[in-house]
Amino acid sequence: MKLHQHSLATFAAAAVALFVLPLLVQPFGDGWVRIIDAALLYVLLALGLNIVVGYAGLLDLGYVAFYAVGAYLFALVASPHLLTTFPALKAYFPNGLHTSLWLVVPLGACVAGLFGVLLGAPTLKLRGDYLAIVTLGFGEIIRELVTNLNKPVNLTNGAQGLANIDAARVFGIELHRTKQVFGFEISGVTQYYYLFLLLVLASVFVCYRLERSRIGRAWMAIREDEIAAKAMGINTRDMKLLAFGAGATFGGVSGVMFASFQRFVSPESFALNESVMIVAMVVLGGLGHIPGVILGALLLAALPETLRYVAGPLQEMSGGRLDASILRQLLISSAMIAIMLMRPRGLWPAPEHGKAGAPKGGQA
Amino acid sequence: MSPAVLEVTGVSKRFGGLQALSEVSIRIQPGQIYGLIGPNGAGKTTFFNVITGLYTPDSGTFMLGGEPYRPTAVHEVAKAGIARTFQNIRLFPDMTVLENVMVGRHARTRSGLFGAVFRTKAFKDEEAGITQRARELLAYVGIPGFADYKARTLSYGDQRRLEIARALATDPKVLALDEPAAGMNATEKVVLRQLIDRIRNDGRAVLLIEHDVKLVMGLCDGVTVLDHGKQIAEGTPAQVQANEAVIEAYLGHGHGQKAVAP
Repeated sequence: MKLHQHSLATFAAAAVALFVLPLLVQPFGDGWVRIIDAALLYVLLALGLNIVVGYAGLLDLGYVAFYAVGAYLFALVASPHLLTTFPALKAYFPNGLHTSLWLVVPLGACVAGLFGVLLGAPTLKLRGDYLAIVTLGFGEIIRELVTNLNKPVNLTNGAQGLANIDAARVFGIELHRTKQVFGFEISGVTQYYYLFLLLVLASVFVCYRLERSRIGRAWMAIREDEIAAKAMGINTRDMKLLAFGAGATFGGVSGVMFASFQRFVSPESFALNESVMIVAMVVLGGLGHIPGVILGALLLAALPETLRYVAGPLQEMSGGRLDASILRQLLISSAMIAIMLMRPRGLWPAPEHGKAGAPKGGQA
Repeated sequence: MSPAVLEVTGVSKRFGGLQALSEVSIRIQPGQIYGLIGPNGAGKTTFFNVITGLYTPDSGTFMLGGEPYRPTAVHEVAKAGIARTFQNIRLFPDMTVLENVMVGRHARTRSGLFGAVFRTKAFKDEEAGITQRARELLAYVGIPGFADYKARTLSYGDQRRLEIARALATDPKVLALDEPAAGMNATEKVVLRQLIDRIRNDGRAVLLIEHDVKLVMGLCDGVTVLDHGKQIAEGTPAQVQANEAVIEAYLGHGHGQKAVAP
């Protein structure tokens, strides 16, 4: 009973902390809240990729493709671009295209999920390095596609990207406008924070339940030993496709959020290094362990931004000879190497279940 | 004759220039332990992999529980009712012992994503059933205390028993064991023998591939001997032991009446 109260107290404290965090950070400038918002989007992405890489053990280096799918989907249905390209449609949408977020989020999830299955299907027989290379190729294909789909019909506006995207609107509240609540000023980025936080919490909930289910166990069995998994009657083809699809869903939703947050999308947001970064978050945090993955995502998303404030002074100390952005890269990579050397299973790996190490009579 | 649980006739399999199996047939009665023996390279494991769907046979008919099955996909065979263990144990090392057995219930359960996320009543009931059955099986094979340990931390003998529990979790008509005694010490072998005996006495048919001739002769109700992909003898352990061709296959020429087995 005592334990229960204790965990309840922790839970309440965490909830309050998460709630007031942006309000505390806000006075230091919206830029800081923006960093947290972006970090939450990365958490969403990392949770999704964790299903594919962490649970099912399928190394996917093209995950950002689903992020792009979601982002471009929202950009197309909630910006003036489509109506400019197809003037004939204007008659149907006299007020312009402003599709509701309530519609686009499930749609984005479905479309990205479908892409996940489509991209997963040809890779079913591949494993490890080979799978990684093929998925890497898929990520690049999607990026090239959005870069070049501006002719013959200008669908994606090519490298210039799509601008003037609607901001998120929830229950008629336009999230990007500053509001007064009980005399407090709540800036746009703070409102986005709450939206993203809700999504992250929902995702954690879903991931947690998937992990402890028949499907989750089947994924992990495939990760551990594919042949043994088959021998247990698991249809590994279907289960892998399900993992690709489920993982991609998260990517799609965060893509939609990204587009509504930035209100501008262009192919360069979906480059290979983003995919690599998301994989790094999952691996660095702790493969297959939700708290670890969240920690990894927060750290790797926030680290580069915070290091800006370290790299600047360092640059001055070197008399301006060292470029701040290069210095930043250097610091991030050294941090990653250090973490992997000291904690090879990730910062916060899944706990060992055994109560006191190996059982009696256990030999290596 | 009573209907066979597993009846496989005329199985042939060729790898390039090597005829790994030619016209091999076996017939297992309900509640029987059936042994498949032969010297190294005789084709035992190939035959095993064919009937469990890992290799596609060139020819052969396959009947399980009186109904034809097609060994084309491993997971289909498992669903049809043949569960196997592996010569070199293949557990899910980083999952717990209990989870390993729970995975075995996969083919006999059906809840999907929706049930998992919304924890429907059907999902909860099914999950409780899976857990209960898994615990029963761990107790059945004699490792009930290790449920929460990672599978890789178990001793070799316990890993083998866990693998058997996991196979039993699929409710198989035939339990197929690929060299279960390999690498075991004498004590572990005795325990294993008791376990296999108990599985038979509970009415399940067992197909046993084994190098340890003593174990096979002591346990099996029927034996088939393979050599160079061909079936050279078939019958009760006593009949097979006296068979000239078998003695020759194991010991070479000129050992006619001297020895029984290596």
